Amino acid sequence: MTIRTARPDRVQHFRPRMHCLKKLEAMVVEMQDQKSGVKGSEQKLNVTTIPHVLTGKDIIAWIANKMKTTPEEAQTFSTMLVAYGYIYPLQNHKKLVMCNDSSLYRFQTPYFWPTQKWFAEDSDYAIYLAKRNIRKKGMLEPYEQAHYNHLHEWLNHKWDFIVMQATEQYKAGKERKKPDRVVFDCQERAYWIVNKPPRRTHSAIDCGPERLIDPNTDEKITFDQYRRQNMFYQQAIMRSKVKSSVSLGALVKYVTTYKNHDPFLAPCLPSNPWQTDHDAYWTLNMRRVDLPTKMRVERWSFSLFELLSDLRGRDDFKIFLKKEFSGENLAFWEAAEELKWGTAASMTAKAETIFKTFLAPGAPRWINIDGRTMGLTVKGLDHPHRYVLEAAQTHVFLLMKKDTFFRYLKSPVYKDIQKKALNPEAHNFSPAQLEQNANSRSPGIHPIILWQQEEEEKAKAAAASAPVDVKAMMSKIDRKK
Amino acid sequence: MWPVWSQTNQTSNRLCSCFLKMACQGLQKGETLATLKKECESLKKKLEEDRGKLNDVELHQVAEKVEVVGALSIKTRRVLKGHTNKVLCMDWCKDKRRLVSSSQDGKVIVWDGFTLNKEHGMSMPTTWVMACAYAPSGCAVACGGLDNKCSVIPLSLDSNENCAAKKKTVAMHTNYISGCTFTNSDMQLLSCSGDGTSALWDVESGQLLQSFHGHTSDILSLDLAPSETGNTFVTGGCDKKANVWDMRSGQNIQSFECHESDINCVKYYPSGDAFASASDDATCRFFDLRADREVAVFQKDSIVFGASTVDFSLSGRLLFAGYNDYTINVWDVLKGTRISMMFGHENRVSRVRLSPDGTALCSASWDNTLRVSRSFPHE
Repeated sequence: MTIRTARPDRVQHFRPRMHCLKKLEAMVVEMQDQKSGVKGSEQKLNVTTIPHVLTGKDIIAWIANKMKTTPEEAQTFSTMLVAYGYIYPLQNHKKLVMCNDSSLYRFQTPYFWPTQKWFAEDSDYAIYLAKRNIRKKGMLEPYEQAHYNHLHEWLNHKWDFIVMQATEQYKAGKERKKPDRVVFDCQERAYWIVNKPPRRTHSAIDCGPERLIDPNTDEKITFDQYRRQNMFYQQAIMRSKVKSSVSLGALVKYVTTYKNHDPFLAPCLPSNPWQTDHDAYWTLNMRRVDLPTKMRVERWSFSLFELLSDLRGRDDFKIFLKKEFSGENLAFWEAAEELKWGTAASMTAKAETIFKTFLAPGAPRWINIDGRTMGLTVKGLDHPHRYVLEAAQTHVFLLMKKDTFFRYLKSPVYKDIQKKALNPEAHNFSPAQLEQNANSRSPGIHPIILWQQEEEEKAKAAAASAPVDVKAMMSKIDRKK
Repeated sequence: MWPVWSQTNQTSNRLCSCFLKMACQGLQKGETLATLKKECESLKKKLEEDRGKLNDVELHQVAEKVEVVGALSIKTRRVLKGHTNKVLCMDWCKDKRRLVSSSQDGKVIVWDGFTLNKEHGMSMPTTWVMACAYAPSGCAVACGGLDNKCSVIPLSLDSNENCAAKKKTVAMHTNYISGCTFTNSDMQLLSCSGDGTSALWDVESGQLLQSFHGHTSDILSLDLAPSETGNTFVTGGCDKKANVWDMRSGQNIQSFECHESDINCVKYYPSGDAFASASDDATCRFFDLRADREVAVFQKDSIVFGASTVDFSLSGRLLFAGYNDYTINVWDVLKGTRISMMFGHENRVSRVRLSPDGTALCSASWDNTLRVSRSFPHE
């Protein structure tokens, strides 16, 4: 069944997303000021002399001065003026950029400025192309010819009118003085380059698919929407909030903690693969390494979440828990994660396994949670859904976070790995070596292969840690006898 | 801190539908549209007052003691050419070097960014593929756009194999798909759409697990929280609102309406306690979730064009924002100042994303290319 998509029909009316237009116009008006604007001059183009021509570097210098910015930023801004069609280039007219040199530009007449009011109509474009055709038969560019053919086909009912208009405009143009005519032709051509850009170029008018809301219409809010909003606000008022000093302090603390681990702020050892084309950094930090790097081990100490997110760190944590004979909390947490993020079809089976392994009275890996949570969870398991273990999982996580995690950081297991962790030397490649690296970039191991390996490892681990079925073992031994 | 989850999902859903029922009941005695509107406004005012009482310090004040970030010299190290039209979206793989990109030409390409090798090129039956995402396992990608659907495509080791043939439709909306992401596993997909809703889907069966209603117009972007519970996500839309949702209940738990125009992109701070947004009003804003308010605005008089995308560096200190004037501005999140500008693209920047280990920044642009850049931090 196809659902009819409601797309807005703003064909001839609206370009709602160009908020910058007002600012651009204000700037352009100032630039054209007689006294304080950009200084133009007359230039000879082919045989005609064109007035008020400016060079790229003058424009950029003026803008840099006016906005008090660097020349690069001024160049960016002036490129946008060209891309939107406020200024057009005289040479190389198809490329809508501002060059910081003596390239020539002119201000576009306000008649052709982009506006939120009307869209460049297809019939206007057809008239323009027809006019060009009259003047220089067969001199349309391929993309223009394609447009022309298309318009001829679908505007066929108006074609006589279009040809008539084109002829009228052509005649009117002939009566103008030559310099005026050349100027007008340039302006019109620039307008159409912006609104119907040549193939494989883009102009700033192109905004992407229309958005459904029309920002100019007033939003009509119905009473049920008001009710919903009121309820939302009431809940929001009741929710606990934290003082800014506390929450902002935490954000700053996060930045300070991770500062040395941010490759944009501190060098990564041995080297950033994107810089030296050598992937040692990635190889040293792979999922299954015997010895992790010092930075990696340090990162595990930042929070329990970091430790568990890094699977290598989780392995280390498991070693510690095994020594303490308290691995069931983490095992339960992992199983709950699998349930939460697993497929919908597997949920009932997983919930059952978890109940049998962790929650049932006398279960082989029984977790010690408070009575209330246990009661709620067991009750919820009657109708399992993916968040049925949420309460228990949070409880277990907090337990690990507040107690086990800190003991881990003080434990010999952690201190041992800290000592043994690698501290790779920074690479110091010569230019020749760098070139060699660039020519022989390693493809690494494909993530699909790594994933398959991980799945195998997980299956092995699950088989190894499954509670031993004594009966089965006994019968096996009996059979052997 | 959230109270301990003590209700089952069912109860909460029942509460949610209770609210909806209450909301949709006819006007009660003495209620009119005007009284409801007045109540709404007074509640909103009270919320602002409450927020204001806890507002005892500004971000840049707290950040005064933090040292300044030195000058960054950022260089482009790779230019990925291959798309024949605007590149609309990209996402990194967890292996830190592969990435997927989607374009207006209907193609979705999986690259090894490090070697510049194109591993897969898939054609979608629609142009304007506006959203794409890499699965956490690295074994699949998801994409969607004007076809109103989000599909998951399993990848293979064989580059010649036509992966698009095994495409599976997962999400179905009634308007264009503007964003999609996998959750913590390959089995679930979050999507947001121009129809104003976002939804959580089970990939294997295509079943809708939860839908989220609340935006009054197109949603343009979503991001999943990196926090330890991973149960919330934020969306931003054309109604100028950024909403935070609880995946379990489908409820909108927080809402921020500070922008003056469409929000093009939202992204969580690495700790999960804050997020940033980029908007057509040429500003990027920073919202603190625990204090429940906007804490910073990144703007400058010389920045006039809309911001379309944002991402944080690994530590959260730097905010990279791509704009419609073809540049990327790098902001200091704590001090609120601009550190540097990146040039090089020849059309608007549609997406910036840091690689998972923070070593590089990829920017996708309407100039048909993607660029991978990194900085040379000065010691």
